[in-house]
Amino acid sequence: MRARRECLACREKKVMIPLNHYLLLSAFLFSCGVLGVVVRRNAIIVFMSIELMLNAVNLSLVAFGQFLGDATGQMLVFFVMVVAAAEAAVGLAIIISLFRNKQTVNIDELNILKW
Amino acid sequence: MEFFSPTDLLGSSPILALGLFSLIALLVNAFLKNSAGMVFYVSAVGIFVAIGCSIYTFPMNATAFSDMLLVGGYASFFSVLFLVIALFSMFIAKPYLEREQYHYGEYYVLILLATIGMVMLASSADLITAFLGIEMMSVSFYVLAGYFRGKLSSNESALKYFLLGAFATGFLLYGIALIYGTTGTTNLLRIVTMYPQPFNDPLHIIGWGLILIGFGFKVAAVPFHMWVPDVYEGAPTPVTAFMSTGGKAAAFSVFLMTFSVPMSMRDERLMTVLAVLAAASMLLGNWFGLSQTNLKRMLAYSSIAHAGYMIIGIASATPMGQQGIAFYLVSYALTNLGAFGIIAMMEKENGGNLNYEDYAGLGKRKPALAALLAMFMFSLTGIPPFAGFIGKYYLFASAVQSHMTWLAIFGVITSLFSTYYYLRIIVYMYFKEATNHEEIKLPGLTFATVILCGAGIVLFGIVPSLIFDLMKSIF
Amino acid sequence: MYSFAPLIVLFPLLGFLINGFFGRKIKNETLVGSIGTLAVASSFVVALLIFVEMVGSPVEERKHIVTLFQWIAAGSFSVNVAFQVDQLSILMTLIVTGVGSLIHLYSIGYMHGDAGFWRFFTYLNLFIFAMLNLVLADNYLLMFLGWEGVGLCSYLLIGFWYDRNFEKGTTGDAAKKAFIVNRIGDFGFLLAMFLIFNTFGSLTYESVFAQAAGFSPGVSVMFWITLLMFVGATGKSAQIPLYVWLPDAMAGPTPVSALIHAATMVTAGIYMAARSSILFSLAPATMEIVAVVGLLTAFFAGTIGLVQNDIKKVLAYSTVSQLGYMFLAVGVGAFTAGLFHVMTHAFFKALLFLGSGAVIHAMHDEQDIQKMGGLQKYMPWTFRTFVIGSFAISGFPLLSGFFSKDEILWKSFADGAPWMWVIAALAAGVTAFYMFRLVSLTFLGKERFDHHHVHPHEAPKTMLIPLLILALFSIIGGYVGIPHVLGGHNYFEEFLEPVFAGANAKMMLPMHDSAALELGLMAVSVAVGLLGMFAGWKIFTEKPEIAENTAKKFSGLHKLLWNKYFVDEAYDAVIVNPIKQTSDKFLWKIFDVKIIDNTLNFSAKFVEATSNILRRIQTGVVQSYAVIFVAGILFILGYLIVW
Repeated sequence: MRARRECLACREKKVMIPLNHYLLLSAFLFSCGVLGVVVRRNAIIVFMSIELMLNAVNLSLVAFGQFLGDATGQMLVFFVMVVAAAEAAVGLAIIISLFRNKQTVNIDELNILKW
Repeated sequence: MEFFSPTDLLGSSPILALGLFSLIALLVNAFLKNSAGMVFYVSAVGIFVAIGCSIYTFPMNATAFSDMLLVGGYASFFSVLFLVIALFSMFIAKPYLEREQYHYGEYYVLILLATIGMVMLASSADLITAFLGIEMMSVSFYVLAGYFRGKLSSNESALKYFLLGAFATGFLLYGIALIYGTTGTTNLLRIVTMYPQPFNDPLHIIGWGLILIGFGFKVAAVPFHMWVPDVYEGAPTPVTAFMSTGGKAAAFSVFLMTFSVPMSMRDERLMTVLAVLAAASMLLGNWFGLSQTNLKRMLAYSSIAHAGYMIIGIASATPMGQQGIAFYLVSYALTNLGAFGIIAMMEKENGGNLNYEDYAGLGKRKPALAALLAMFMFSLTGIPPFAGFIGKYYLFASAVQSHMTWLAIFGVITSLFSTYYYLRIIVYMYFKEATNHEEIKLPGLTFATVILCGAGIVLFGIVPSLIFDLMKSIF
Repeated sequence: MYSFAPLIVLFPLLGFLINGFFGRKIKNETLVGSIGTLAVASSFVVALLIFVEMVGSPVEERKHIVTLFQWIAAGSFSVNVAFQVDQLSILMTLIVTGVGSLIHLYSIGYMHGDAGFWRFFTYLNLFIFAMLNLVLADNYLLMFLGWEGVGLCSYLLIGFWYDRNFEKGTTGDAAKKAFIVNRIGDFGFLLAMFLIFNTFGSLTYESVFAQAAGFSPGVSVMFWITLLMFVGATGKSAQIPLYVWLPDAMAGPTPVSALIHAATMVTAGIYMAARSSILFSLAPATMEIVAVVGLLTAFFAGTIGLVQNDIKKVLAYSTVSQLGYMFLAVGVGAFTAGLFHVMTHAFFKALLFLGSGAVIHAMHDEQDIQKMGGLQKYMPWTFRTFVIGSFAISGFPLLSGFFSKDEILWKSFADGAPWMWVIAALAAGVTAFYMFRLVSLTFLGKERFDHHHVHPHEAPKTMLIPLLILALFSIIGGYVGIPHVLGGHNYFEEFLEPVFAGANAKMMLPMHDSAALELGLMAVSVAVGLLGMFAGWKIFTEKPEIAENTAKKFSGLHKLLWNKYFVDEAYDAVIVNPIKQTSDKFLWKIFDVKIIDNTLNFSAKFVEATSNILRRIQTGVVQSYAVIFVAGILFILGYLIVW
């Protein structure tokens, strides 16, 4: 309780981290995610990189919402988290069924469909 | 204060109906044994109820849930289209799945869930609902693509679709975040009132660029098209039929609605990007389609090319282009459902009988089937009097109207390429001797659906005003 | 009633669809035939009801446009599928559906036992559908669609017996000839249509004619539009120089010859000219060309008919010649007279063709009149109706042909020139002569056929009833248009005149009120006709040696006529063969094979080969897809930022 009050206090004093810092961090995390998708071979790691991208966006959304004084951004974050959870469930299920058939989760070994 | 106004309930009634029936179907599936047939009927009833709701709300022109959803007009038109597509693809799926011995109730539940996503897409007046709709649809598609869980090709197709789809979602979401950050709202109706001020903000235009990428992935535009051939080939044929028609139509419905906002500025940059995407899609789709031997894969490349034709309508940013897209989607959906329906009937276990050679002599073996397939190919090529011609005509004309004549000419030239591979199947059917004399079984349900599709493309090809008259009240 | 006009078009379409889809399955000939016949008869009933209402309403309210739906709309260009119901179109509709349903009925008997029975009725219904679109359209584009449609059906029906031989080739050759010659004409029509759109910005009659009313005669663009239209008309309506396909079209079954190549399709050119009367009236030069071409066709085709021995060929040349009369009328500005002849000609020519069909049927597919004779005894009713038809076409006083032909002759004198009248009257005598030669050689005189193989018999009822009805109309059909000079009342002209009011205002034809002159000329032409009839009858029943001697004496002329003025050969030598040769030697073997094919094949091969290589970009590995994806993003974002 007390900590939260202090935080509110610091907002009133406007000693906040500027928006651009959040955005740059978010962009950096997003790029890490993209890079992970492009370079990693393991399907699960690729999937985790995608999650990283989504969470990077969440960071932006929260920051925007905070600075605009608007709840929409934060609300959208909840939706994104729900969607990410659903995607995780489905994605892991797909990876499991693949593993059952092929005993691998390396995506560069998946190329019966091509050209 | 009331929680829901009657408009809210009416406006979301197709979604609510579909949701309700998908839950009922799920329960039936869980508690009754051998209930796949039953689930099929429950789902079909659900779709009919939703069609009824959509038609009922058509004359309304309102928004629901504080401008989150569109009601009537645009939303109803596309909802009915998606619902009919869902219904037809179920008709194609039932005999197919029974033959493949994969007939489970979940299939229909997933179709219903995906359809909820599509209806939400067409109704979205807000980027949040658009995002939710797209995810609802895509997640169901990921599962459907991997529906043959014992088959490696189906697994592979699902995983590729999933990874790339989720990847694209990231960009879409980032775009939404930037638009929100630069305008303070995610509502399309409100963003447009703030123009032109945020348009000078580079973050804003990048936001639109990222959203364009997200939608470009869903509609299969080059260079975000790479998943399409693999996924279409690997997924079960009825799923491909559903994805390539419903999925594409839903993505275009939201693409069109969302981009009507920035395109209202007629911004040169976005127009150029869209035109280049359209040109690239038409070129690569038709070019790579040329050397395919597998029909499903050929239709996948054709689907990329057709996405290119339709993007012309968005790039031109004229009412004619928008109407052209809506008409094109109807004709493309009917044509592709018909073609995939025929492929589903011809297919043999484990993905056999999918190549051009397997259709040799079909003109003699099954004249009606061959004639229908020929009709679908003519419509895809854009030969009158089939619906495909009218759609292409409107889209190319809209390009000319928007002073992008080069795009129209490019479209005509690349569709010449496509003639080659569409007509090749006709050559095989009518001018080559059959090598395979196994009996072809034509399940009544699928065949009737295919005939309906054929009748549809002839009807809309001869009387296009049936659809254009509806659209006068929409656009 | 007017709003029911689309039904007229719909019924034959339904008939076509039903017979086309299920005809093969319905084994019952009567059922297939009845569906086809009823479809057309229903249209006739609807048309008749509309006609009755039209006659009962004031003149200003007789034109109605019934729009079905918007067909094509792109920018300022918009075309509806809409039907213009007015005096002219309802007249044509009545002729097409009325004569059409009789011929359908007749075909049930005629085509009995044919393997393609259902196919025949399918094509026939499709033809009626296309023809009705042609006459009822409210714009040139829909008319063109019907125009092409009837051409297609004509092609299909001429080649209906595709496995039979015809003259030097097969029926397929005749069908191809008809199609190709027609295409030349269609090309003219198409160009005319472009010019119309270019000039008026519309293809709808209403707006084109309204704008045309503001032009004054002699504008050069009008000359080109109408001339190109007339080129189209010479193709479809078999005029010089494009008439050559019609005699060959006799390769089709006889009901087809009656319906398409005598009563309806071939009059499409006259209908088009009449419909566009105001455009023609603005181009006096074209009108003169039309009149002269019509006149020459009437005369030369008639002379060819003098010596032909194939019963259908004689009738075919006679049709060409009669069509010439109609164009003569159009050319001198007497549109109503031309249409009057269209109507009466539909009756008696359909009658004659159906009669000849009955004869051919009875003679087991024999068409050579030298191998007939004396058939009067075996087929009395066919004989009677055929003679009535012959009297009518020869212009025997008080039969239908007399009134219509005489009106044309009088107008050619009054509004054209005396020399036109002379040639036209001569042609009338020629007509009378060859018709009675035909009657004599077929029905009278000695029996020249082989009694062991041929047992002539009267036609069945389904064939006789249409003959009797048509015979009745051949007698009384002219009484709607009795010339004033004979103390009658020309209802026909009065009915149609409002359609041509615009054109008449432009042409300002001289007024003639010399009743004595008109009566005198009428007497002379009747005398010429009677002379021809008498000569034809007398010579070929009693003194055939006269004909033979004359033929020997003037062997050069006979040869010329027998070989149809060598027009086919001339076309072959001057146009067809050079084209074939250049096509074969140069265009095909060098230009096509070497240049076009190589270029095309090369580019096709190139595209396919590159496609085959490049598609390997699609490696199947997700990562590479993601890389391309990211590259695309960088390009797009880069462009958006840097711009």
